[in-house]
Amino acid sequence: MPQKNAIQTENLTKRYGDHLAVDHISFQVNEGEIFGFLGPNGSGKTSTIRMLVGLSQPDEGRTTILGYHLPAEIARAKRYVGVVPDVSNLYDELSALDNLLFMARLYGVPRGEQRSRAERLLKSFGLYERKDDRFATFSRGMKRSLTIAAALIHEPRLLFLDEPTTGLDAAAARSLRSLISNLQEKGLTIFLTTHYLGEADLLCNRIAILVRGKIVRIDTPAGLKRLVQTESLVEFSFSGDVSALAGNLGSRLGEAEVALLDESRVRIYGGDPPRIFDAVFQFSRDNNIGIEAASTIRPSLEDAFLKITGISPLVMNTEKHSGKEKEGRQ
Amino acid sequence: MWQEQLGGIYQIALKDMKTYYLKPPAISWGMVFPLAWTLAFYLRNPVDFAGLVPGLIAMTILFSTTAAEAVVINFELRLGTLERLLLAPLSITSVLLGKVLGGFLFGLLMTVIIAAGSILYLGLRPDIPGLVLIALPSLMVYSSMGALFSVSVKEVFEAQTLLNLPRFFMVFLCGVVYPVSALPEGLQLLSRLLPLTYTVHGLQASFFPGADHVFFQNFVILLIFLILFLLPSIHLLHRRFS
Repeated sequence: MPQKNAIQTENLTKRYGDHLAVDHISFQVNEGEIFGFLGPNGSGKTSTIRMLVGLSQPDEGRTTILGYHLPAEIARAKRYVGVVPDVSNLYDELSALDNLLFMARLYGVPRGEQRSRAERLLKSFGLYERKDDRFATFSRGMKRSLTIAAALIHEPRLLFLDEPTTGLDAAAARSLRSLISNLQEKGLTIFLTTHYLGEADLLCNRIAILVRGKIVRIDTPAGLKRLVQTESLVEFSFSGDVSALAGNLGSRLGEAEVALLDESRVRIYGGDPPRIFDAVFQFSRDNNIGIEAASTIRPSLEDAFLKITGISPLVMNTEKHSGKEKEGRQ
Repeated sequence: MWQEQLGGIYQIALKDMKTYYLKPPAISWGMVFPLAWTLAFYLRNPVDFAGLVPGLIAMTILFSTTAAEAVVINFELRLGTLERLLLAPLSITSVLLGKVLGGFLFGLLMTVIIAAGSILYLGLRPDIPGLVLIALPSLMVYSSMGALFSVSVKEVFEAQTLLNLPRFFMVFLCGVVYPVSALPEGLQLLSRLLPLTYTVHGLQASFFPGADHVFFQNFVILLIFLILFLLPSIHLLHRRFS
């Protein structure tokens, strides 16, 4: 079987009318790694994934998946690829077991192995006790788990995970992240798209940052964080809402950059710390808003992301909930 | 490779039978509606009920195959489950054929029940090979017609609403209740453009030995309708994912 990288793209491009959704992107994913695809809503993540799994055709560019050239060999490549879309789209009317058996049959899993594989997956995902219950009756976390199980029924070598933890509660998301790590240990290559910077930091071996259809940086999480390690980072928590005053604060700080983390928290990048503290205390007095906490912090992936893209993590989180459906339909 | 595609088509059809067809709404449209319609005509003229049987079977074929076919593709497009099928190593054509086969199998089940019941109850002796020769392609034709309506519109209800127009149009114009020869000349011409005319004509020929035995001609015309419905359906579904 031909193979070099799990995924290799060159100048992959997708247009929707006049809108350039994916703009000549090139990257490679090594076998066995978790490759993160990180970007705000509308950056082209879902459009890219849809081209890679054969759900839409690129306008330009070349792609190989596990050594198979797309689109000519997509049907052969699909045998070794599992996909977990951003929505849990199994059949509500079928039971958990029947959903997995149906997927096993579609992928041509040998008849004698279908049931044993399905039951093994149900056990490993903690769903065996509910195997005869309809998918419609499952909680969101259970639906997500079963959707991942369905993507694994044919024992793929490459797994696409599109926003796997979106909408899950903290415990379910933690459990899913642990599962993703376990899958990598079993040798699976994982292509992960996410809005969650912390999730990408925790799971990914390498991360590509996508902005407006272009890859602006590919590096390891540590490599990305090194970009901001030389700068000072100071975070302030105020007693009131400062979201309307961020511009005012920024104008007092010279070259330093202000990012609004939420309505009462700001993070300041660069600049001279003593001067920053002076300026912020003056800002606090002038606007009659108290300072509840001030601290210098270690750079995180969020800081690197902000530095690279100029997009606040706050904006990422806001867009995640408001615009997700829109991107999914691209 | 083709075995894989055929297997996928069959599995999609079976799954659709389980999830959509063997449910009260599909059964009521597929079987109860033609029965109720026929009962109304029977009560009006019980003596000549046997003459209505080909029309009853034709209606069952039409309504049972299109009962859910007209909405399942659109429904699955909206839920994202159709994309799940396309993630499997199956072509778009195979996925569409799987959907059409689901309608075909459900229609076949309903048609066998209605046809066998009518034949046994009335003691009729139809030409079974002729009946099969007309019924099988007809089931595929109307299932494909449902698929075409489903992929032509964006909303689930649009497909069902739009499909009612040709369905009821055909019931009145294609010889189900009134002979085509009794219609005004303009409507007779129109009826020749509608596939149900050839289903009814073929079925009548299988039930009544005096009628012209034109099975092969009706069979070929039905195959042409099948191609006319199937190819645009495949093209439109491809376009949705282009």
